[in-house]
Amino acid sequence: MGYSKVFFQLIIVLTLSCFSLGSALAEPAQEVQKKFLVPPPPLSPGIFPCSQCHQFLPANKKPRKLEQMHQEITLKHLPGGWCLDCHNPDNRDTFRLANGKLVSFEESYYLCAQCHGIIFREWKAGLHGKRTGMWNGEKQYRLCVHCHYPHDPIFKPLKPMPAPIRPADIK
Amino acid sequence: MEKTDKELREAAINRRTFLKGATLGLAATALPLNKAEASFWDAFFQKHFTEMNDAEIKKVLGRLEKEYEQKYNIAVKVGAEKAMPGVLFGYGLDLSRCIGCRRCVYACVDENNQSKDPQVQWITVLRFKKGDKWIDLEGSEKYYNPQEVPEPGYFYMPVQCQQCENPPCVKACPTQATWKEPDGIVVVDYNWCIGCRYCMAACPYGARRFNWAAPKRKPGEINPNTHYLGNRPRYKGVVEKCTFCVQRTRNGKYPACVEACPVGARKFGNLLDPNSEIRYAIEHKRVFRLKEDLNTNPKFYYFFAYGN
Repeated sequence: MGYSKVFFQLIIVLTLSCFSLGSALAEPAQEVQKKFLVPPPPLSPGIFPCSQCHQFLPANKKPRKLEQMHQEITLKHLPGGWCLDCHNPDNRDTFRLANGKLVSFEESYYLCAQCHGIIFREWKAGLHGKRTGMWNGEKQYRLCVHCHYPHDPIFKPLKPMPAPIRPADIK
Repeated sequence: MEKTDKELREAAINRRTFLKGATLGLAATALPLNKAEASFWDAFFQKHFTEMNDAEIKKVLGRLEKEYEQKYNIAVKVGAEKAMPGVLFGYGLDLSRCIGCRRCVYACVDENNQSKDPQVQWITVLRFKKGDKWIDLEGSEKYYNPQEVPEPGYFYMPVQCQQCENPPCVKACPTQATWKEPDGIVVVDYNWCIGCRYCMAACPYGARRFNWAAPKRKPGEINPNTHYLGNRPRYKGVVEKCTFCVQRTRNGKYPACVEACPVGARKFGNLLDPNSEIRYAIEHKRVFRLKEDLNTNPKFYYFFAYGN
């Protein structure tokens, strides 16, 4: 009886260590070697660093309607979510992943990758999203937030460029 | 007496000599002798592009640069970069992302010096109704013009030159003015094209365009960075088409349409490089090529990155 208990504990420990290994592979620390060249994040002018105000404000983790600042933000992403699910309550100039790791605004794709893993994989491969630069050399990536406004991420419709001239309309 | 006759006969113009002279004379009148410029004769006796050596190509490029500078009043660089070894260009277009905004069409016009009046565009964006028998190209709409795209219930498919490995247009050309380069790009030599438009009839994708009139662009709109086989200014009466932006891609850059696409639906790379994004798309996604049954073997892959 005692043996099987030890055996089960061993199994549990092994499984857990496997999981932690797997998550470690997905963590930013493991990907330091591969840097993605991205333009600076599209922050509203004058708003960064967030700590210029927030260092004086205590973090209020209670979801509520904002009245003094950031009223323009309505969260249409992550229903039932709250700012501090992504923004780090202890230092607003960073994001905090679910596993406690901190991520800068310049590497916000690690934050998005927590849920959108397949998209992240395809983004890294160059399939999802736009890349510019050299097809055989240095490629310029885009952050997720360059195309997807993070608080309402659906890609917004565009006005199309003019249609070609119909043969009947050629003078 | 006999001797004099013989002399007379030799002095007289017989039928053969007369015809020889007449033919030469006629040929001379057919030649535009009034154009005395040396550059005109250089152009007239220019060899086929693939038969010229580097020095001859350089001379032709110099002549063209001078010609364009006179015509457009700006310095136009005409390059003739050769295909890189070990490169076969391939293109991917993600139909699940394309929103039909036509940004690619106009980026292409800006880059490749197409005529604005009459309008010449190398990319056509087709709109299909979702759920229809959509590969029926006859039922597609290319003049759609809503306030905003994408429209619900529709999807879009841009069509341009498919850069076939087995190009029917090349077989149709009677003067070998169009051919497939080693990196897979089908090119046109505008100085060899006689404007018969057989290639246009042969192309199953409707990808070739004809200059019905002298191409017109405002002087400030000329892109001065050109390639002999690509976007150098064209003449009246020649056929042109997408070249995967040969002037950009042979220098390592992405084509203009790839960089213009706001949704990142356009992918480009080397089909022989297993790490390229185009190979990733082909290996991981649902892919088709347009009119595959014609055995043209296009290097333009439509794929669906999203959805089923």
